[in-house]
Parts: sequence; C-alpha cells; structure tokens
Amino acid sequence: MQVDSWLEAALRDADRRGLPGLRPLLEALARATTALRAADWNVALDATGDTGAPAVDAR
Amino acid sequence: MPAEARTLVELSGRLRDGRTTSAEVTERCLARIADRNASLNAYITVLADTARAEAQVADRELAAGRYRGALHGVPLSLKDLIDQRAVPTTAASRVRAGHVAQDDAPVVARLRAAGAVFLGKTNLHEFAFGTTNEDSAYGPARHPFDPDYSPGGSSGGSAASVLDGMAWASIGTDTGGSVRIPASACGLVGLKPALGEIPTAGVVPLSATMDHVGPLCLCVEDAWLVYNAMRCEFEPAPLASRGVKGLRLAVPRPYFLDRLDTEVATQFEDACAQLAQAGAILEDTAIPHAGDIAPVYLHIVLAEAAACHAATLESRPDDYTPNVRIRLEMGRYVLAEDYLRAMRGREVLTREVDAALAGRDALLLPTLPVAATRIGEATVRLGEVDEPVRNATLRLTQLFDITGHPAVTIPCGRTQAGLPIGAQLVGARYAGSAHLLQVARAAEQVLATAC
Repeated sequence: MQVDSWLEAALRDADRRGLPGLRPLLEALARATTALRAADWNVALDATGDTGAPAVDAR
Repeated sequence: MPAEARTLVELSGRLRDGRTTSAEVTERCLARIADRNASLNAYITVLADTARAEAQVADRELAAGRYRGALHGVPLSLKDLIDQRAVPTTAASRVRAGHVAQDDAPVVARLRAAGAVFLGKTNLHEFAFGTTNEDSAYGPARHPFDPDYSPGGSSGGSAASVLDGMAWASIGTDTGGSVRIPASACGLVGLKPALGEIPTAGVVPLSATMDHVGPLCLCVEDAWLVYNAMRCEFEPAPLASRGVKGLRLAVPRPYFLDRLDTEVATQFEDACAQLAQAGAILEDTAIPHAGDIAPVYLHIVLAEAAACHAATLESRPDDYTPNVRIRLEMGRYVLAEDYLRAMRGREVLTREVDAALAGRDALLLPTLPVAATRIGEATVRLGEVDEPVRNATLRLTQLFDITGHPAVTIPCGRTQAGLPIGAQLVGARYAGSAHLLQVARAAEQVLATAC
C-alpha cells in the first residue's frame, strides 16, 4: 500500500472513530514511514529482490 | 541520604557488620517518604507495613549469621510497572484499576531472595509510554531539585525516590531510554542491561522485543550490586577497577552530537577531555544509518504497544490519559509490511553498532541533548530548531533499545542552573553488562561527580 493511500484511509478512519487528535500524529507517522521505506536497505530489498544484508549473528 | 552511609555499597557493609540495621534505614526512608512524597509524587503506593516486616526479618537473619548477600536489608523502590506479589501494578493508569499481582515478577523474586526490602511502587509515565512522567493517572512525579521540573521518564518516580533519599536504589524499565533518561536528568547512574540479560516477565509490556529492566542508583558500584542481584549473583566480586588509562572509547559524532544544548555540548566535551587527559584513547566513529533510528524505533514500538493495548483501547478508552491513548491509537495504523521493514532496519543498525564497537571498550555519547525539562514544556529549542521534548529526549538513547547493546548513564557535569548532565557508555552485546560497568566505574572516577 502506498503511503499516500494509507494516510488517506487512516485519516478517514480516525475521523469516523471521532479521534481528530490523531490527524497530526498520523501525518507524522506517514513522514516516518516514507523515510523508513526510502532507507537504502529497503530500497535494495524492494527493488532487486536481493537478500540484502545478512541477519544479525545470533551468538 | 542518611549521614552514615553515602552509597548502597557503604550501607551494605554497615548492615553486614551490624553498625546499622535494616529497620533503622527502612524507617529513615519511610520518614523521608512521609516528608517529601506529597510534593514530589515519586511513589504511587507506599508499603510501610510490609517494608518494616521485611526489614525485621532481614535484621533477624543478619544477626543470626544467615547473610544473603549485598542487598540483604537494603530498602529499594520498584517502578509500578513491575509485579510485586499481593500489590497492585498500576502502570500509572486507570486502565489497571483493581489489579493485584498474583506473584512476584522473576526480577522481584530474585531481589527478594537477595534480602532486599521493598518500600513501594514508584510513579511513571503511563504504561511507560513517555519520557517526562507527566501523563500519569496519579499526576506527574517532580524533580527533587526543583518541583517545576520533570525528573525525566518513564521511570521518573524511581529516579526521584533515589535522588531524594526515599530509597537506596530503584528498579526501572527501559524501552527507549526510560532508565537512562531519568537517571541522567537526576544525576544518577542508570543501567540498561543487554537485551535478554534480565527477565522481563511480570513487567507490563510496552514493546515486547525492546523492553529491558534495569537499576537506577547513586553510583556505578551500587549499580553493580543491584545488577548482579537481578541475575541471582547475590555476593558478587567487587567491581574490578581497571582505571581509565588505555581504555578505547569511540564517540559517534554525526547525528548524536549534531544537535545538543550548548551547556550539554560543553560539559560533554569537557568530560571527553578529562578522560583523554587521564589516559583514555578517544576516537571518533559513526553509525552510518543513524538517520534511520527514529523511523525504525517508531514503527516497532508503536506496533508492539498497540498489540498489547488494542482490547482496552476499545473497551476502556477514557481510562487512558489523553496523550498516551492517542499515541497508542497511532500504533494501530502501522502496516505489517512497515513493521517488518523496521525489523530489517534493526538488523542493519545492530551490525553498525557492533562495528563501531569493534576493538573498543565502549561508545561514549551524551545521554540527553538537554538537561531536565520543565513540566508542561512541549518543545525544547536546540540550535535553530524547536524539537518536541519526547523526540529530543529519546534521540540519543533509543538506538540501544533497538539493538540490545548494554548502556549506562553516569553523571558528567551540571548546567549553570545546577541541573545534572549525563554521559552514556555503550558496551558490546556479547559481553553483557559486566565489562561495561567496569568501564563506567573507571570513567566515573575521573569525572568524579557521583560518589
């Protein structure tokens, strides 16, 4: 789901539930989600299907 | 604290050799609570009668030579997020009204086996979901230096209780910095052990994969004793004093030192200079993806907290404080795909902290970008930026809850107004907290502000 679509749906749902105070928080979360998805490890994973970096060594 | 002992270590020795009794020191703490708790609001529940009974048992055992260890007869406080048998665990929320814990949390059972005396349950930011202690069903805990200031949070009542002589140490929890933030704001030592070192069962969860339990104490040696008792080591060897000379400390400057209050920046650089002058080897380092810390943290903590609270957000929404309720509600909108992206970022950040620590004893950075903030303050001005207090106070601590590295704050100076400033040391994941506390003890001796 694209962030814009997600935010639109989330805001609509928050309004429906009578939680207008959520609006600025959801907008902030949308910005954080955009940043998260733009992180280079996610870009590599999403675009190439490469396994990316190895998992944390579980010693 | 009482005049005859300045630290828990000293008190422990006096209890063992009979120069004082647990009943005496427990009464002093209870008297201090009676005198000060109305203004500081550090305790939600005071357990005077059971504390007196526990102290009497400890004194009888000590007199009979049945010594349990370094915490035998020592009065402690517990953050009211941790179960103590037959006592409510309120989590500072009306949502928990009527709850009484059936059993001790494992960490409490260990401290009980060590002979500790439990004075009561301390105030916190509701469900540990905040850094100022302002959103509590019981009202805010207040800073002992000035009640207009927050003692930090979420373990704010714990910090206030130790700083003000209402307990000799306290047990807090840390999911984004909730031990280290109030410890730093109150000029105490606060340890977040490595992830998994101390059991979190019996602790009301905030973020199941990032929750930690740790002590707030007057000095590093005190933290060593409490940390060991929490691991069932009731009579640990004295904390090895290796000195600062030759310690390899790495300062992660980009991101972590980019936006600090000027007094914090000055005091931190002074601390670095003092450590270098004493023979520590300081090098700069970097966490390449530090800019992604906040989004990674946010998506993990929000999703995990929402999972814990979804049912009561539906059934009892008005029993939450408004700010905590609305932040928990935000978590219900995090998508599974983004939670998993954040968990992948967690792996990346963990490897990067491991790499920064390779060949080094610890990372060294400020604990907070600002000293204690005023109650009611929504933002702090750092350089040209007004930053929400919550974001600012989490910024330097949350990485190590994400990665699970052990981290400890020690005092490193004060502002001109006298408010404490803390320095944070971070150790290797696989070494546990023991080596980190040795490093912290050495640094503390140079910075010489706590004990």
